[in-house]
Amino acid sequence: MIAIPYLTALTTYFSYGLLFAFGQIRDLFRKVLDWCRSNNLQGYAPICLGLEDFYVRRLYLRIQDCFGRPIASAPDAWFDVVERQSNDNNKTLKRTEKITRCLNLGSYNYLGFAAADEYCTPRAIETLKKFSPSTCSTRVDGGTLTLHNELEEFVAKFVGKPAAVVFGMGYVTNSAILPVLIGKGGLIISDSLNHNSIVNGARGSGATIRVFQHNTPSHLEEVLREQIAEGQPRTHRPWKKIIVVVEGIYSMEGELCKLPEIVAICKKYKAYTYLDEAHSIGAVGKSGRGVCELLGVDTADVDIMMGTFTKSFGSCGGYIAGSKELIQYLKYTCPAHLYATSISPPAAQQIISSIKVILGEDGSSRGAQKLACIRENSNFFRSELQKMGFEVLGDNDSPVMPIMLYNPAKIPAFSRECLKQNVAVVTVAFPATPLLLARARICISASHTKEDLVKALEVISRVGDLVGIKYFPAEPKKEHQE
Amino acid sequence: MASSFTNMADTAIEWLTMAFEAPFAQAVVFGVHIGGHLFVEGLLLVVILFLLSQKSYKPPKRPLTKKEIDELCDEWVPESLIPPLSEEKQYEIPVLESAAGPHTVVEGKEVVNFASANYLGLMGHEKILDSCTASLEKYGVGSCSARLCYGTIDVHLDCEARIAKFLGTPDSILYSYGLSTMFSAIPAFSKKGDIIVVDEGVHWGIQNGLYLSRSTIVYFKHNDMESLQNTLEKITQESKRAKRLRRYIVVEAVYQNSGQIAPLDEIIRLKEKYRFRVLLDESNSFGVLGSSGRGLTEHYRVPVSVISAGLLIDSSCGYCSLVLQVDKIDIITAAMGHALATEGGFCTGSERVIEHQRLSSSGYVFSASLPPYLATAAVTAIDILEKSPELIKKLKENVAVLCADVFSSDVEEVSFRDTFSNLGVEALHLIGACWRKRLSDIPGLSVASDPLSPMVYLVLKNSTGSVKSDLQLLEDIADCALKEHGVLVVTSKRSILDKCRLPVGIRLFVSAGHTESDLCKTSKALKKASEAVLSGHN
Repeated sequence: MIAIPYLTALTTYFSYGLLFAFGQIRDLFRKVLDWCRSNNLQGYAPICLGLEDFYVRRLYLRIQDCFGRPIASAPDAWFDVVERQSNDNNKTLKRTEKITRCLNLGSYNYLGFAAADEYCTPRAIETLKKFSPSTCSTRVDGGTLTLHNELEEFVAKFVGKPAAVVFGMGYVTNSAILPVLIGKGGLIISDSLNHNSIVNGARGSGATIRVFQHNTPSHLEEVLREQIAEGQPRTHRPWKKIIVVVEGIYSMEGELCKLPEIVAICKKYKAYTYLDEAHSIGAVGKSGRGVCELLGVDTADVDIMMGTFTKSFGSCGGYIAGSKELIQYLKYTCPAHLYATSISPPAAQQIISSIKVILGEDGSSRGAQKLACIRENSNFFRSELQKMGFEVLGDNDSPVMPIMLYNPAKIPAFSRECLKQNVAVVTVAFPATPLLLARARICISASHTKEDLVKALEVISRVGDLVGIKYFPAEPKKEHQE
Repeated sequence: MASSFTNMADTAIEWLTMAFEAPFAQAVVFGVHIGGHLFVEGLLLVVILFLLSQKSYKPPKRPLTKKEIDELCDEWVPESLIPPLSEEKQYEIPVLESAAGPHTVVEGKEVVNFASANYLGLMGHEKILDSCTASLEKYGVGSCSARLCYGTIDVHLDCEARIAKFLGTPDSILYSYGLSTMFSAIPAFSKKGDIIVVDEGVHWGIQNGLYLSRSTIVYFKHNDMESLQNTLEKITQESKRAKRLRRYIVVEAVYQNSGQIAPLDEIIRLKEKYRFRVLLDESNSFGVLGSSGRGLTEHYRVPVSVISAGLLIDSSCGYCSLVLQVDKIDIITAAMGHALATEGGFCTGSERVIEHQRLSSSGYVFSASLPPYLATAAVTAIDILEKSPELIKKLKENVAVLCADVFSSDVEEVSFRDTFSNLGVEALHLIGACWRKRLSDIPGLSVASDPLSPMVYLVLKNSTGSVKSDLQLLEDIADCALKEHGVLVVTSKRSILDKCRLPVGIRLFVSAGHTESDLCKTSKALKKASEAVLSGHN
């Protein structure tokens, strides 16, 4: 858990207060000026209500250039960032022709499959020529190719479950599966920091939702006991079923889920477990099989395993793995299977090829090298950052490391200064994180070399000193004391 | 001091004695004199006040003990995660072994493919394949990031600009999946308390978006303008706080569930009368309707957005003001997995609408961006569409031919195209419409879709009464057509979550890549298949 230093909390509140005050003053001026000009909505209600986008207009637009930077090459370890310029104080940004070569610390490229790969890309191009970029139909109509069946078998084998079904987008996977599995009269208990797609899926299902404290199995047990004893709200009838939803690696914290304890509790209270491995599949574990392998949990104990292919496999789409009956049932009822276009054939081929590389079935040991590389890189980077005095979150072995910034002014400062020195980082603020806890999130990839990491550390250390985010005392370097 | 104190005490005692001995304080009860009953009453008053101030009696709360909770937890038996699979659901899905173009290979046999929404026949087009290959070599397959975190590749921005230019709107936004377009766009603009009037035949994506937005939803009868008018009238009269409420009408251009086309001019007239905004889903009409494929708006000659010369009110204030003339259609969304032969979706409208979605549409912000090669494919497809509008003509001809019964005895010898190629597309429609009556030659099935719709929808003439058995019959017909006659057609499947109650049917996605012989073969095959199945059933 993050404990914000007292002084920092005060200054952060003060900064936000100041921004809020200035924003309101500007709004006031705008209201006065607009009174003179006529309002020509002609009786329609405004499409975006005034206060809804106050945050966007007055806070976000000032630092808009730190987000959504376009790139002009593949998101590999080094990439080209397109420069943008603004003539009206950051309200609109226009692309320029200039590009800068930067070190990429922001894309989810855990195993380095993002750029053209020597094994995967030729096969993807072959598939493109054979099957064309899209099937133009849903899986149940004319969209199931032999490739899709092969892909699903591969995924099931890789994850360690009897069967799997693949969809074209990870977000839709969560939003369309939860409503099918559970409805009114059921209970969903989800971690407080779960991803937006899970929240959307849970809301769309109509079941009651309860939240337990982030990664705290004891609180989960408390909530389960209380809910089973009380039953449904108001009628007190027993719940039809209970599903507990957790993630493998939490993308904003970099923490691993305490899976063994949570699975034990769910088994004891007969609740079903749903594990979302969007960030952990392919990136952790000895052979890349995710959080279950890393923490020693039997895959048969987790009822529904979900994941996406965007991060470690360099493709797009999501999957659900489970028992054969579950997958068959989903294939007949899930709206994403019945109504949405099937996954694009070259993307499917990319997934198959990258799984083959990871498992070593392509005849080389690149897969094992990549996995070892990402583990070493993450541990090295994290320990160095902590030695320098930064407040870094996350567990060992996790390739996601957020560095705490807290103050709203430090967000653009850190981002712009790093870009000037050719390092591209991602900063996250409200509403993706709580208001006070803004952070810069670093994603390590297997394609980063040691020199890249050392350069990145230098730059971050310099910028950290400039901006003032070394909240912990740095460990003194032993060599310099001789 | 002491004397004044004693004086005061004396006066007090005098008063008290007076109170006791005063004549009105004397009472006679059963012949006994009682003095100072005022004193007694005062005491009673004090006691009453004391009792009133006590808390009322509540039975003490007894929370469940640990042992009781343990027992309850042991007793509780959850339902199984999935209900047992019933026998009827075991239909087979055709597995294709080659690209899903107008002709495809299923189980080793070549069949005519009417199951892919490849309306313009762009699947397998050389230019698209070339541009995709170049894109794959440059950018790899995936984009590996969300749009706000270095996932915006220059091809995305190019694609958005191209779509906006093609449709004549200020800006557009790309989504990475067709299904998520509508169900992310609607909750971004409509919250609890707003009112949405929607057709009852919309597809699941829109239904899910409506549910997630938590607004008040009112359905009107499928494609029935009178019903729409009555609904709008009722709502306008009911809500008095209409000024701050946002009100929307959501319709599809070509309905996926029935093939009907929405009468846009009527809808615009009603919208302007009652002050509602319109959301239009053009998934099946983009690239198909209109003389150059710009969709339903071009078909009805409605300008999407009109930018008059003059002041553009700054829209960064607290009140949103659109451009000088209010747009006719506020938001247009479409999935690109149909005519454009690629994946993903887009949404287009005024600048304000698009800018707002870039931060508050959940399917855009929290999801990875579209793979770059698919964006390149979209740009190339639009280029091809602009350069060759004859594809659209061909598609319309094909639809007309299919609906007409070419195998009637009079015209078997004459080639349809030769005779009628000099007539304009409108004439073809007329002929097709007349000949649609001949489609009653297919026993048991009738055409339920609009003659202009690229998706021909056949429903059972005499429904058996239950959706399940209807679906079973239609599945048998489709099966027979595939196995014995080499024609791949599909039925419309419904998920358990779908609220739509329109009749199920067989869907034929007509493509500009189909030849005349394909179309003849299909109508023959359907006739024979439905004869075989329905006569057996009767």
